[in-house]
Amino acid sequence: MVHSVKVAFAAIVLALAAGVAPLVAAEFKVGGIVIEDPWTRATPAGAKVAAGFMAIRNTGSEPDRLVGGTLASAARVEVHEMIVVDGIMKMSELDKGIEIKPGETVTLKPGGLHIMFLDLSAPVEKGPLVGSLTFEKAGSVEIEYDVSPIGGGKPSSQHHGHHGAGSGTGAMPQGQAPAKTPQGGHHQH
Amino acid sequence: MLGRLRLALWIAAGLAVAAFAVLQLNEPRPGNSGNGLPGQALIGGPFELTAHTGERFDNKTRLAGRNHLVFFGFTHCPDICPTTLNEISEHLDKLGTAADGLEVLFITVDPERDTPQHLATYLSSFDKRITGLTGTTAQIASVLKLYRAFAEKVPTSSGDYTMNHTATVYLFDGAGSLRSTLTFQEPQGIRQGKIDRLVKG
Repeated sequence: MVHSVKVAFAAIVLALAAGVAPLVAAEFKVGGIVIEDPWTRATPAGAKVAAGFMAIRNTGSEPDRLVGGTLASAARVEVHEMIVVDGIMKMSELDKGIEIKPGETVTLKPGGLHIMFLDLSAPVEKGPLVGSLTFEKAGSVEIEYDVSPIGGGKPSSQHHGHHGAGSGTGAMPQGQAPAKTPQGGHHQH
Repeated sequence: MLGRLRLALWIAAGLAVAAFAVLQLNEPRPGNSGNGLPGQALIGGPFELTAHTGERFDNKTRLAGRNHLVFFGFTHCPDICPTTLNEISEHLDKLGTAADGLEVLFITVDPERDTPQHLATYLSSFDKRITGLTGTTAQIASVLKLYRAFAEKVPTSSGDYTMNHTATVYLFDGAGSLRSTLTFQEPQGIRQGKIDRLVKG
């Protein structure tokens, strides 16, 4: 059974007035687990894999684990970690999932923890993309991924020109359409 | 008697020093033919692979006198490979036609899944000046060795596999000398500067 509680934010007006991007685009809740701003990237032509990112907060009193999920276009969804050590990119499947302790927030982001979509039957092109996440104790929850261009950063971030640590977490202009043409994703500021 | 022994020891010591000097001179110098700096690591060398166009790619003829970028990856890679390809496409975009003489080689570490056809489809999402290269498992292994790069298969629970691999981008000049490297943990402007310096000399 999939619970889905999407909390919409009326912060846009406030944000526009203040001249900044909305801080929170979307929240999804299941039990004490809160998932913030899930996002993924458009995939290059013929790509069979993609990665999903988000922040997961545990507002409950017990530790929980993200153990898996689903995506309509993916045959399998796994929990992975990528690290770069001495110039070598290492990928590993976390078969016990990711633990989120009470009161903690775990961020899945490029160059680190991610949800891995495998054996894609269709390319990731534009959002929102519906999927689900499964937690050991809280159960499953339906979520929606926002989609940024190929190689792009988190969709609603507004730090133009800033390139954070990690592998290419460059912020993309808000509202930019996902790359459909070969050069579509190449915008830097 | 003692004097003779001392003399013999001095001669032996002298011979040892001379022999050491000769060995030093005869030892092959590490480094490419490029700038001849001592201690330069030997990275790169002649290889033959298959391009994403299906054509045979002989780097000796294709790269002679041409600046080039080399990096390793695979298409079943969710994060660093498409990001690297996208970043490089952006760098080439910024250089415009100045980058036309630059060869950019994306060498797969997963030749089983990355056929020339699949590489061609995948690379259609990036700058057209990027050449995808694949080959037999043995060919890829020997190219990895030439570049002192690393790749290994990592099985996943579903019976599938992913790859660990060197994520560094190597920058070579037309003489085949390693000029610089890029990593995607460094700021975009630094990477652009390194490519600009290679291309514009």
